[in-house]
Amino acid sequence: MFKRLHENGAKKVRIFVDGAPTEVPAGETVAAALLAGDDVHCRTSSVSGEKRAPHCLIGVCFECLVEVDGQPNRQACMTRVADGMKVRRQQGAGGGAA
Amino acid sequence: MSGTREPDCDLAVIGGGPAGLAAAAAAAAQGLSTVLIDEQPVPGGQIYRNIEGISGGRPDLARILGDDYGYGAGLAQAFRASGATHMAETAVWELDGAGGLGVIGPEGARLMRARRVIVAVGAMERPAPRPGWTLPGVMALGACQTLLKQAGQVPDVPTVIVGSGPLVFLVAKQLVEAGAPPRAILETTPRSNMGRAVGALPGALGSLGDILKGLRWIGQIKRAGVVIEKGVEGVRFTGDGALARVEYRIGGAEKSRDAALALVHEGVVPNYQLAEAAGCQVVWDEVQLCWRTRADAWGATSQDAIAVAGDCVGIGGALAAEAAGRLAGLDAAHRLGRIDAAKRDSLAAEAHRTIARLAGVRRFLDLLYRPAEEVLAPPDDDTLLCRCEEVTAGEIRRVAGLGCPGPNQAKAFTRAGMGPCQGRMCGLAVSTVLARARGVPVAEVGHYRVRPPLKPVTVDQLADMAGIEAEVAALGGLPTGSDGDAEPALETEGGGTR
Amino acid sequence: MDTFDVIVIGAGLVGGATAYGLARAGQKVAVLDEGDLAVRPSRGNFGLVWVQGKGFRRPEYARWSMLSARLWNDLAPELRDLTGIDTGHENRGGFLLQINKQEYDDARALLNSIGDSLGEGQYDITFMNNNELASHLPGLGPEVYGGSYSPYDGHANPLFLLHALHAGFQAKGGRYFAEHPATAIAAAEGGYRVTTPKGVFAAAKVALTAGFGNSGLAGQVGLRVPLVPSHGQLLITERTAPFLEYPTNLVRQTREGTVMLGYTAGEFGFDTGTRVEFMRDIAWRTRKAFPLVGDLRVVRTWAALRTMTPDGFPVYEQSQSHPGVFVASCHSGVTLAAAHALRYATWVADGAIPEEMSCFRSGRFDVQTAA
Repeated sequence: MFKRLHENGAKKVRIFVDGAPTEVPAGETVAAALLAGDDVHCRTSSVSGEKRAPHCLIGVCFECLVEVDGQPNRQACMTRVADGMKVRRQQGAGGGAA
Repeated sequence: MSGTREPDCDLAVIGGGPAGLAAAAAAAAQGLSTVLIDEQPVPGGQIYRNIEGISGGRPDLARILGDDYGYGAGLAQAFRASGATHMAETAVWELDGAGGLGVIGPEGARLMRARRVIVAVGAMERPAPRPGWTLPGVMALGACQTLLKQAGQVPDVPTVIVGSGPLVFLVAKQLVEAGAPPRAILETTPRSNMGRAVGALPGALGSLGDILKGLRWIGQIKRAGVVIEKGVEGVRFTGDGALARVEYRIGGAEKSRDAALALVHEGVVPNYQLAEAAGCQVVWDEVQLCWRTRADAWGATSQDAIAVAGDCVGIGGALAAEAAGRLAGLDAAHRLGRIDAAKRDSLAAEAHRTIARLAGVRRFLDLLYRPAEEVLAPPDDDTLLCRCEEVTAGEIRRVAGLGCPGPNQAKAFTRAGMGPCQGRMCGLAVSTVLARARGVPVAEVGHYRVRPPLKPVTVDQLADMAGIEAEVAALGGLPTGSDGDAEPALETEGGGTR
Repeated sequence: MDTFDVIVIGAGLVGGATAYGLARAGQKVAVLDEGDLAVRPSRGNFGLVWVQGKGFRRPEYARWSMLSARLWNDLAPELRDLTGIDTGHENRGGFLLQINKQEYDDARALLNSIGDSLGEGQYDITFMNNNELASHLPGLGPEVYGGSYSPYDGHANPLFLLHALHAGFQAKGGRYFAEHPATAIAAAEGGYRVTTPKGVFAAAKVALTAGFGNSGLAGQVGLRVPLVPSHGQLLITERTAPFLEYPTNLVRQTREGTVMLGYTAGEFGFDTGTRVEFMRDIAWRTRKAFPLVGDLRVVRTWAALRTMTPDGFPVYEQSQSHPGVFVASCHSGVTLAAAHALRYATWVADGAIPEEMSCFRSGRFDVQTAA
């Protein structure tokens, strides 16, 4: 949905989104990395199951909750990518406790 | 919580935007030991986000973002040079009226205390509940600008901007310059606003240059082929699992546009919650239609140890926030005995003048861009107000019909405001819908009471928090984490073995 | 001025249940309440429908709690059918967990004593060690020493209960007046007049269910209801996948998926502020009980004040000097909601509280003071 204006220079890290590897500039947030893709939804609502995507990008709305390295409910807009990071779109409340 | 604790510093400033940076620099310059606590890794806040990275290494983005943004580099530099400590990537989840703070950062949760606290946590975009506003592809306009500043990203799908306010034209112009213009701007500013705003125009002439700059942007945007439609009402977002179409009305005529991305904006509102949690008095602002902390010209609040500065007190913009931060920082130095009142006042003269000058144009902008009634109190019963718990406007009207006097009872009845955003996204709309249903002013209906923790903290982080020894001792020894000797014997629902 | 059969003063869980029961019994009811920021323990409730451990040296209270837990099975579906609001009531039983042996031994002695006072076969409690508990409570921490199970216990959503009671008494014709705090009760032609800042109400009877407000109002009608605020704090986490099938005294997972972590008890006067040291203490203890809650983010912490009488047991009484004025005070508004709606309210409607409830009169505090 978004594109990077230029890619040269920036150091890249590899993250996995739902298992698929993708190269993103170091220092980017997980939300920015997701928004640079085609399918920007990051979770399904724990109430209705409808798809949700990052909305405010300043840590207020909590729409961008994803699973990061097995931890559910991480705010993608407040989390920076790291090499090898595993990001999963979260289904409902997230299955962490079970 | 802080009565028994020795202070860790003279001054804690919360927030790394213009107000916070200026406050910290001004206070540190007068010799206060100053800590600036901010959620972001680098100074700048939202308005000057990533300013050091861009002014240092991305001339392409610096050009797109413009001189007003580039101005922030000097602020960040002055802060870096001030000697204030920068506590980055750290959130405040608890604040009390005596300067006690609960923070959470890379090293976990801890308690600390400052002799004085300046809350400078800025603003958020006013949530604009409309049918379909939770669809992927509907984003805050500010979020798009954040992506530009933070990641150098611009939209590459058919995009429309829906909303009202100066940021609409600033971001549109930036996207034009980045080669990614939106297809259209659907301007939701009510047509009747201009009549009211004209009266305030004389007071805004001190900022005539800024007004003319705005008009130049609009010309530039139009020349780039962006359609600007005015008087847009009744906006709905539709699509199956993602935005496909924006439907709206102009003068009663139904219209629509295909779009994969809609960037929405209805102005910004103060983040009043942190100061309120500290017990500071909060009041309703009938012009800006938001809650704000009651404060004097120096940012002093109803709580002795707490001051506020910048947009979290009332929307004034970046330059006014910087000036207010300086005032609060100087006042902290005065209150903590570093400078006398005369010195404070002489150092503060220019900041006072700046604030007075900017107040004129602010009044004009407030009246010109006053949100439409349908944004403040969504008329469609199916519109979600609470995105987290998915509570509709109709549900809130229904509990108003049961006699719910205010948002706290409505929250209890419906779960609106109980999700992870803690009511920040639905609070204004819930209070306004209740007020309209009851036929009373919003001020009378009130706002959600804030519940700590104000930022997410895990159970583990709470259990393992540092710096709490004094509080534990004062209570006569709660468990310290090693044994279970303090478990109450048989507590049940109401505390009764009896 | 409208006249009513009964004026109910206070619309928390006790008032809501009483008003619902009265309206259900065909009484014309007015409910007078405070405003949006009323001191309302109902909003800070842990949500247990709980019998286990209640009624030490007062078997009548154990029986009253058991009766209410049973009546919940009637109340919950009735409210759902009437109002469409599901209170989330579940009645599969509940577990009391003890972290160490001393607590376990104390609890066991106490529960056995209550069982003895109720008589053979009347109190079905199963004591369990950690392994036995863990077979019912997956995820239980190894540091839990032991605990007990009772089939009488359950839980519900206290806020939805409050909502359902409000919707219920209004569906049955009751009228609700928020921002009408009662300031005075006086005898008048045909009953009583109740004064509020926004008007005067008249009724044949008055039911005092005003929480701490009962103390002052009761004094105007010849009753004495001494109450001590007991500060209780709890934590609520974000939603997570279901992991806990039963309510426990430390951790309860709601139907919505959030997890309630409880709770403290202390006396700090009328201060309803939350305390960060309690947040830490609750987090520390509940993580021992269920280590997997450690990763969950806390969405909010709440403190509320329990309306405790000096001996912890409820007060139900009709004024001798002002017949037709009734008072109810208790700290278990969720557990006792069904008994209040389906029993107590009918007694108010009929004008008499049965003799077997006489042990709950407030005169017992005079005796204690004299002794």
